[in-house]
Amino acid sequence: MVLLITIDFAGEIERLRNQLETRFRTKVNVSPRGFDCRPFLDLRRNQYSSSAIIERLERDLPAADSKVLAVTGLDLYIPVLTFVFGEARLNGRCAVVSSYRLDNKFYGLPDNPMLLQERLLKEAIHELGHTFGLIHCHDPECVMKSSTYVEEIDFKSSRFCDKCLDKVTNR
Amino acid sequence: MTDQVSMLIVDDEPSVRESLKHWFIPEGYRVETAAGATEALDKLRDSSFDIALLDIKMPGMDGIELQQRLKEIDSQLAIIIMTAYATVDTAIQALKQGAYDYITKPVDPDDLSRLIRNAAVQRQLLRENLSLKEEIRSLISVDQIVGESWQMQDILKLVQTVAQTDVTVMIQGASGTGKELVARAIHFNSRRKYFPLITINCGALTDTLVESELFGHERGAFTGAQYRRKGKLELAHRGAIFFDEIGNIGPKTQMDLLRVIETKRFTRLGGNQVVEADFRIISATNRNLEDAVKEGAFREDLYYRLNVFNIQLPSLKERASDIPLLVNHFVRKFAVAMNKPFTGVDPLTMEWLKQQPWPGNVRELQNAVERAVVVGKPPLVTVDDLPCPVDLRASSDADEVLPLAEVEKRHIRFALEKTRGNVSLAAQLLDVDRATVYNKIKKYGLNY
Repeated sequence: MVLLITIDFAGEIERLRNQLETRFRTKVNVSPRGFDCRPFLDLRRNQYSSSAIIERLERDLPAADSKVLAVTGLDLYIPVLTFVFGEARLNGRCAVVSSYRLDNKFYGLPDNPMLLQERLLKEAIHELGHTFGLIHCHDPECVMKSSTYVEEIDFKSSRFCDKCLDKVTNR
Repeated sequence: MTDQVSMLIVDDEPSVRESLKHWFIPEGYRVETAAGATEALDKLRDSSFDIALLDIKMPGMDGIELQQRLKEIDSQLAIIIMTAYATVDTAIQALKQGAYDYITKPVDPDDLSRLIRNAAVQRQLLRENLSLKEEIRSLISVDQIVGESWQMQDILKLVQTVAQTDVTVMIQGASGTGKELVARAIHFNSRRKYFPLITINCGALTDTLVESELFGHERGAFTGAQYRRKGKLELAHRGAIFFDEIGNIGPKTQMDLLRVIETKRFTRLGGNQVVEADFRIISATNRNLEDAVKEGAFREDLYYRLNVFNIQLPSLKERASDIPLLVNHFVRKFAVAMNKPFTGVDPLTMEWLKQQPWPGNVRELQNAVERAVVVGKPPLVTVDDLPCPVDLRASSDADEVLPLAEVEKRHIRFALEKTRGNVSLAAQLLDVDRATVYNKIKKYGLNY
């Protein structure tokens, strides 16, 4: 089972829920709980620490046989990097994904909600893939291919390659 | 993953360590962290890492100092310094100390990913390079220079001395004395050993051919030149070129060679592009080049250019004390090659081998032993196994014409050796009666 938690997210979470449910063939729920993200704001950077958010999720959530994906509209970072699209714990329970830099508007381009949803789906599957033990894949079309800029996300598909799919389904 | 790249992250800030660790693990790297210099040094002593990411500002020991200490443990470690405020001084200092690169925090994820990938590739290439060098070292089979005589001991000392330098060497000696072997020993003991030793046999080539062989040619340089071809000088780049029988090159090639030795620059035949090559020159000749210079057959200036360090190889006759050692070496060598259980040479045969003049020097001796191992029956090589006419051919090949009586004496001794002193059998072989053989033994003072 996968649990979605929204943090300052104004997008279509229900649509993402349906897409993930189809893709992972498992129950996906949206948590009604709120999440206070203020402690994770770095005022100098005006960004939120993805690692700290994950730590809080891991600490606060009751032990259960489910993966947790936080979906946010906030700009995420880790200390050494200027930003991250998301973060996950390999073989862990929790992951976080941000739509902030997936939005065309961030780059001064015309709004494209469809593209934004497609990118968010890819990054959500990607981060959840890490929680299922998948590392980055060299297949350019596999969703587990590492993406450090948004065009790379557009280039890959939202699907696992055969090898990654085998690893996920054989767990 | 067998070739998993390993990384050590050193930062006193736990959030930096942990976030980087979690960022790199999904990349497939093995990641360990250390909160300070002591822990980092301990981890590097206990385990091997490909890449180390060091924060420049840490309590106790800073990143620059730690970098030096880590390099003392593993000089190949790719170190990336992380700094919050990049200054030119810091960057220069880090790079001077051998850092692979430095980054200013925060860094773009794409830049960091690329930097780490490149560092991993560089580390992998370094490893491959070291392992290939090891492999080459094991594959390079330089035939051993065999000899305990003082002459050969002197030669070995000269080879060791000159191998460490880039000095041009001329090896002089009669045919079969091992000039190429010495050239190979010089090259494969030098710092150029991982680059080619290109041999050019000047004796076998005309002036025109030598030119094309040496300098290469462009496509269409002459009829039949369908492709550009690199010359031997170009192929010898960073290695050495060995001119065998240098005394045989014609005047035009001498001139060309002189120019190339001076400039290390040349053009391919039919081309204008200047090619630069870094090669060491080793030459060999069995001719007395000083005489050739006096006669005007060899350019004096070229002779002095080539003869910077001279090695004179003795003939086998001059170092006859090495014959048993050489014979046993060749017996072992060919016995292994032909998978025949030879253990050595019959003592009488060895005595006989020692007495031969060997005008063809070590090469002739080697051929004789090779033949003996082919036809002989293990475990010992006997005189029967050696090429029959060695004795006679040796005489006829020698520069001197022997008196007829000497030839007769040697021939009778040979017949007696072949029959192991049996006069009757020797007489049969020589097609004379026994009395004649006895008379000749007495006449020539042979010990039979």
